[in-house]
Amino acid sequence: MAKRIDVSGLTAYYSAHKAIEDISMTVEPRSVTAFIGPSGCGKSTFLRTLNRMHEVTPGGRVEGKVLLDDEDLYGQGIDPVSVRREVGMVFQRPNPFPTMSIFDNVAAGLRLNGSYKKAELADVVEKSLKGANLWNEVKDRLNKPGSGLSGGQQQRLCIARAIAVQPKVLLMDEPCSALDPISTLAIEDLIGELKERFTIVIVTHNMQQAARVSDRTAFFNLAAVGQPGKLIEIDDTERIFSNPSVQATEDYISGRFG
Amino acid sequence: MSHAAIADKPASTLRGASLPKWSPYAIAAGSLAVAVGIGLAAGLDSKVQWGLIAAILFLLGTFGIAARVEGRRQAKDRIATSLVWVSFLLAVVPLVSLVWVTVARGVKVLDVYFLTHSMGVVADTEPGGGIYAAILGSLEQVGLATVIAAPIGVLTAVYLVEYGRGNLSRAITFFVDVMTGIPSIVAGLFILSLMLMLDMEPFGFAGSMALAILMMPVVVRSTEEMLKLVPNELREASLALGIPKWRTILKVVLPTSIGGITTGIMLAIARIAGETAPVLLLVWGNPFINANPFEGAQASLPLYIYQQYANSAGSGAAYDRAWAASLTLIAFVMILNLVARGIARWKAPKTGR
Repeated sequence: MAKRIDVSGLTAYYSAHKAIEDISMTVEPRSVTAFIGPSGCGKSTFLRTLNRMHEVTPGGRVEGKVLLDDEDLYGQGIDPVSVRREVGMVFQRPNPFPTMSIFDNVAAGLRLNGSYKKAELADVVEKSLKGANLWNEVKDRLNKPGSGLSGGQQQRLCIARAIAVQPKVLLMDEPCSALDPISTLAIEDLIGELKERFTIVIVTHNMQQAARVSDRTAFFNLAAVGQPGKLIEIDDTERIFSNPSVQATEDYISGRFG
Repeated sequence: MSHAAIADKPASTLRGASLPKWSPYAIAAGSLAVAVGIGLAAGLDSKVQWGLIAAILFLLGTFGIAARVEGRRQAKDRIATSLVWVSFLLAVVPLVSLVWVTVARGVKVLDVYFLTHSMGVVADTEPGGGIYAAILGSLEQVGLATVIAAPIGVLTAVYLVEYGRGNLSRAITFFVDVMTGIPSIVAGLFILSLMLMLDMEPFGFAGSMALAILMMPVVVRSTEEMLKLVPNELREASLALGIPKWRTILKVVLPTSIGGITTGIMLAIARIAGETAPVLLLVWGNPFINANPFEGAQASLPLYIYQQYANSAGSGAAYDRAWAASLTLIAFVMILNLVARGIARWKAPKTGR
């Protein structure tokens, strides 16, 4: 069910500005891969190229290849909408749909795609909320608006919404940066459970978090402000945090810059 | 010397002299009294003049007294507050007096008979008759105009906010701005020229088309603002679920802003409901009931008011009918506004737990 991502020679632009340059890496299925690096180095941009959300930004375009189990996401005739059904995304700030109830929020992906059977819907919603460790907290108020939940609950609601469409890959763009430590812990535990079923890529500014949740870590950096961001190295998380092969990585991790 | 200075409690830098709470009222009452005095002494007849003199005296008095007692900074603060109050009163007094006069003179003949009967053969100078035909005509013309203008306006705004890039959207924005400034009589003349070319008689729908021209830019503008308020994160969240863009707009963006869009449409309706000029040119008015907006002259509330006033030949009965019709029109617009607020509150994104 989880799929492998193979990126080769990927360069992304905002109009004329080159945001990231020539990135190649492999993301293993059923594992957590963390992206770390200073602000503005293109981690989020790179993440958004993995489900073709980058081109939603006006002027955004991409060169290079992203293979999802041998299928090029940027190949001829690929429908970005279908790509996003396979590669889900959770954003930095929790963003439940304000006009919908908790139930409708989770069901939104299925309903608006039109690909569901009525009888299954309640089942899928329950499973997704359980998958996001939110079921027990909201099962008595599924018809209440999603925006009435706390920040951490809202973020787990967004995760439930993302996994309800059963993607193969889950991208998370700093999912805990707007949350308190307890909610962060809940989400980190959740990530540990989700990796049994999904390929997970997470962008984080918190190096302890990367060390705690990820199997592999990629370090991004940029030469100077205005220069495109580049992948410095990607390796097993343990090696990155104990014995990285590039000096810049060690400097960043030990807090000497960034 | 120095010992005495130390022994003296130093003056607090945090405390200063301040006017008592009732001072603004006292200054207001004082300036009013002085203004009345000046008005009587100088033989000024107009009460408006008295009021303006009182307002100026109040502002000057507040500044002078506060500057003397409290200091310059507090005086500036007080004069700003006073300016806000005076402006508020200047804005509200004409409004209240307008509503008051309309109600006072309108209720004289406003009853069920008046609302359910038409002029028919009642002469303009005689009492009797009513505005049923005018209400019917207004509802039909405004309703048809809304049916044309609201969908086009909303869709234009959706294009401008969600899809529009580059020259085309800039051109549309420009022309919408130009349309906002079209005087209603010009819109009427535009349709009239079409009518003359096609050799047609006046009918209700012609008025609807002119009203739609006036309504469209207002709907576009207000809808555009409402759509821009929808956070981009919601669009991205929806797209990231693999929901196509058109469904994202239909099921996420529009529902989130539906309250504001409805309010905008209602306000646009309120604006065109009172238009007289295009109706005068294109619909003509009709003392008899004509329920078909696509054939023959129709009546309309604003036009009825004008005609009762213009054709009355000084007859009190016609004046009374004009006032009653005005009251009906104001009530109609008021009800629309209330409905809009109700919808906005009902549809607003919910935050309850």
